[in-house]
Amino acid sequence: MSYILETRDLTQVYGAGTPFERVALDHVNIQVEKGEILGVIGHTGSGKSTLIQHFNGLLKPTSGEVLLSGHSIWDEKGRCERKTRFAVGLVFQYPEYQLFEETIAKDIAFGPQNMGLSASEVEKRVREAMDFVGLDPALAGHSPFALSGGQKRRVAIAGVIAMRPQVLILDEPTAGLDPAGRDEILAQIQDYHARSGATILIVSHSMEDIARMADRLLVMNNSHVMLCGTPREVFAHADEITRAGLDIPEITKVIRALNQRGFDLDPSIYTVADAVKAIRACKEGK
Amino acid sequence: MLRDITIGQYFPGKSIVHRVDPRLKLVLVIAMIVTLFLASGPISYALLALYIFSVIKISGIQPGMVVRGLKPVVFIVAFTAILNLFYTPGNELWGWGFLHITDQGIRVAILMVLRILLLIIGTSMLTYTTSPIELTDGLEMLLSPFKKIHLPVHELAMMMSIALRFIPTLIEETEKIIAAQKARGADFESGSLIQRARAMVPILVPLFISAFRRADELAIAMECRLYRGDVGRTRMKQMKFGRVDVLAGTVSVVLFAAIIVISRFGW
Repeated sequence: MSYILETRDLTQVYGAGTPFERVALDHVNIQVEKGEILGVIGHTGSGKSTLIQHFNGLLKPTSGEVLLSGHSIWDEKGRCERKTRFAVGLVFQYPEYQLFEETIAKDIAFGPQNMGLSASEVEKRVREAMDFVGLDPALAGHSPFALSGGQKRRVAIAGVIAMRPQVLILDEPTAGLDPAGRDEILAQIQDYHARSGATILIVSHSMEDIARMADRLLVMNNSHVMLCGTPREVFAHADEITRAGLDIPEITKVIRALNQRGFDLDPSIYTVADAVKAIRACKEGK
Repeated sequence: MLRDITIGQYFPGKSIVHRVDPRLKLVLVIAMIVTLFLASGPISYALLALYIFSVIKISGIQPGMVVRGLKPVVFIVAFTAILNLFYTPGNELWGWGFLHITDQGIRVAILMVLRILLLIIGTSMLTYTTSPIELTDGLEMLLSPFKKIHLPVHELAMMMSIALRFIPTLIEETEKIIAAQKARGADFESGSLIQRARAMVPILVPLFISAFRRADELAIAMECRLYRGDVGRTRMKQMKFGRVDVLAGTVSVVLFAAIIVISRFGW
């Protein structure tokens, strides 16, 4: 089985030799399968933001390796090829703060232009990307700074999607949005996944959001990988997760509370539908 | 990259050097600079170097950090050394064409390099061991007599502390923006000068927008806490002269005076 992204003993130390020295990643080994949605969870300072910046070569590992489709992204001379940046699209936290162009279309075109594509191809990709994130094509000529926060964020996400990355990484794509805006963005990401078949990594500290859409979850804690597996496998370790200062989905909490009152339900349930089924089965069994 | 700049950075600590009253530290730094320029002989330089290294030792700041802070001035130091080495008149030791090395030249070059290095290390010890807030508070109190002639001392100090406070924030912000644009394939390292200047636009526009946004938010936050200038303003931390200050001040002043005196004799 070959993985699209892989890390081997990836270690990152910040500020080595200063009083501010801090180990952000400590021998992290991760495998990302092609086409999956991987949720990366961890509280602030757990190393998740550092981890994703390694995937497209923005940070250079202190030691260890990052492999894209089986090949190290750093060559022997210690350089990272620019095409890695286009293959692994990274959407930062609050990406709307990176907008700079006069018009929305120009801003989205920044990435594809840097790839050296022809004008017509760039235009095609801009239109396609705007469609993916649900932006009205009539907005193309407007200034991005006149938009609402949620819309600006879509422009920024479109700017990365327009590069057609094999892997799309989103750092807290729903931070600071209201519930409606959050659901919309998440639905569009799922839709993009279905239509493009790209591998997607979503970073969040909200279990609720991520458990719903991720195929697998990766829980980071103290610069280490604490848990990795399907949501059911991960939520079966609810105690460890809570001890690491993270939340578990509300419905998993309900199941745990029921079990404490003497019921015997599967503790790894994380969706309402599964919970309904399990509780019904339990009732009928009695 | 941007993080490697250590000049003006503050390293928190609890040493005596950290605890000395910021007003005294400011005055002592000025006195040290004056002494440094009056010093003329090797003994006076050695004493000053000893003084500065003792301060580093007592402060507990890693010497490696201090050396790293000298990186940006390596060029100036080298340039000064070469100019003084070749262009000081005296007894010629070696000559080739228009280049002459004299005994005086060697002496002046060494002393000039020492002077610059000690100057920079000495002044950076101030910022290494004094938090920006303490520093501006100290400055404000030292300059307060100028309020009599309507110099807006408080406003200047407030502007300075806000500027200092935002330097790390804006550096962090800049790094984030650079990373985000790099993730979209931006290239800052190659191309002609004009291309490189144009490559800065995707960084500068978001940076300015965010700086203005932050300024706006800060102004509102200050208004919410009823900030209205220095009239009737009191401080949570009153600056007091303690025993440590008297001790540090006396030792330093006596040493500086001694150095100035022995410099008169050319030592």
